Amino acid sequence: MILGIPLVGPIVSTIHMILLFLVMSAVCDAVNALPAEGPGDHGQHVDVVFKATMVLCGLLVLAVLALIVYELVRGSALSWDKFGFHFFAASDWDPEHESFGALPFIFGTLVSSLLALFIAVPLSIGVAVFTTEMCPRSLRGPLSFFVELLAAIPSVVYGLWGFLVLAPILAKYVQPFLANNFGWTGLFSGRELGISMLAAGIILAIMIIPIISSITREVLLVVPQHQREAALALGATRWEMIRIGVLRNARAGIVGGIILGLGRALGETMAVTMVIGNAPQMKRSLFEFGYTMASVLANEFSEASADMHLSALVEIGLALFLVTIIVNALARLLVWSVTRGQPARGHV
Amino acid sequence: MSDASLPSRPASVVAPISLRRRLTDHFMTGAAIFTVLLVLAPLVAIFGNLLYHGIVSVNWDFLTKLPKPPGELGGGMANAIVGSMLILLIASCIGVPFGIGAGIYLAEYGRNRLGDTIRFTADVLNGVPSIVIGIVGWALLVKGHGFSALAGGVALAIMMVPTICRTTEEMLLLVPQALREAAYGLGIPRWRATLSVVLRTATSGVITGVMLAFARVAGETAPLLFTALGNEYWSKSLDQPSAALPLQIYKYYSTPSPDLHRQAWAGALVLISLIIISVAAVRYVVRRGTFGTQ
Repeated sequence: MILGIPLVGPIVSTIHMILLFLVMSAVCDAVNALPAEGPGDHGQHVDVVFKATMVLCGLLVLAVLALIVYELVRGSALSWDKFGFHFFAASDWDPEHESFGALPFIFGTLVSSLLALFIAVPLSIGVAVFTTEMCPRSLRGPLSFFVELLAAIPSVVYGLWGFLVLAPILAKYVQPFLANNFGWTGLFSGRELGISMLAAGIILAIMIIPIISSITREVLLVVPQHQREAALALGATRWEMIRIGVLRNARAGIVGGIILGLGRALGETMAVTMVIGNAPQMKRSLFEFGYTMASVLANEFSEASADMHLSALVEIGLALFLVTIIVNALARLLVWSVTRGQPARGHV
Repeated sequence: MSDASLPSRPASVVAPISLRRRLTDHFMTGAAIFTVLLVLAPLVAIFGNLLYHGIVSVNWDFLTKLPKPPGELGGGMANAIVGSMLILLIASCIGVPFGIGAGIYLAEYGRNRLGDTIRFTADVLNGVPSIVIGIVGWALLVKGHGFSALAGGVALAIMMVPTICRTTEEMLLLVPQALREAAYGLGIPRWRATLSVVLRTATSGVITGVMLAFARVAGETAPLLFTALGNEYWSKSLDQPSAALPLQIYKYYSTPSPDLHRQAWAGALVLISLIIISVAAVRYVVRRGTFGTQ
């Protein structure tokens, strides 16, 4: 019964919309129904309570971050005491003999994320430049909507597609091609199974393109119009205008967007877990299986029973958390330095 | 400014653009168009596959039956659909009020050191990998108590708060200061002006933020792995492990059974239609909202 497909989604989201509307309007109505008060002591009293409640909500955000740090540090203490820094330098991962080293996971996370950046950066900048500088104004909205639609696809669906569709295509066409033409680099050799570090990099690239391109677009839009006009007035072609007048001015913000994409790629779990092969090894070839920090958590955490195993996994989580925090903070600062905290409005 | 008013310029003043520069220009335009096509290709491929494999598999059984034991054909994901809705409802009930509250604080009282700290923290929290949130949910609610739908909801709520908080703040700041002043001028206390005037004016924008956060967490799998865990049957109460659509898809993808692959595609289609329609609903609300984007 095909009727079922378009029904479930709409019903759920409509229910949510209606609930939210009802709750919000009920709150507003309830507030409006209260008897009007003079500016006496009582009104001020309520004001204090209201402000305190809102402050509490704000403090909750801080509390959540503190809680994350606390739980991760507490959970990883056991492993930290036993292995120390050696944990991040050792490359054997053997839960049965309680020997834990995170190096293969760090390697897998870095390689897959950098590969993703290598693919995604030129594509995202191309898309952003095309939508802001080249395409007809009427195409601009739909185009950015479609690219951002990529961000709405859940990561588990990317994984499903990557495993069942992309991997076979890679194995059949892309990997033989790369092996024949670029096999000499050592990056493309070995079994051509589809599932590989390469597949993980490609999937990650698709997932971070909407992030990088939307930030880049935002940054390009705040480049002052007179920069473009000046370049054109000097006789620049359109591409020269984009290179000199636009991209050069937006460098810091674009780098910020790229780092933000990196942050997302480092922490991405499901899609990568489903296509990377999950073998803790460090191989030069991108055709080999890999394993990332997030994937090992996804695979082993709910089944780990030994305390040391759990603690080692939490320590990997802590490392992942710290790295993404640093990467994200850096990206925010860079983007902010260009847009000055202002949400972008279209130029002209 | 018409052409007639301009003095005719001598052609020799402006040097003709060299062929190399013109070719570079064309090449770059072509390259940009090529990147757009390359980026849209996976989008088309993913949706094509979803529709192609999904539509034939979404049927009445899929929507109303429980999963069959391994080896048997048929069955559905009814418990996962309901489980997902329940977990998302819990997440919204916890995350929305706190997120909006924090947003009100930032917009109305947050022009100070504490406000800046909270703002930055919310942005940082937005970038925390979802699997790490899963560990925290596990440490808070699962360790010692067992896997539960409630823990899943809390984990997702933690992910919703920073997004809602920041969009609420942005929307409230768009409300003109004059409206607040008018309310104060009428002798209305500040809390009431905030709720009945400012928040009310920005309602559609705030709901947009809420729905974006909702769409973002609706497809999350990683935080549910160690909290809701998944369940082959109906869960009888909120403190039991619960099935969810993303978990079910994750469970089926690596099996060798084409029937389960078919169900995974169907689950993905149901999940994604839920999310995309939420996003479309957001756009609809914004467009006809009383106070949308400027």
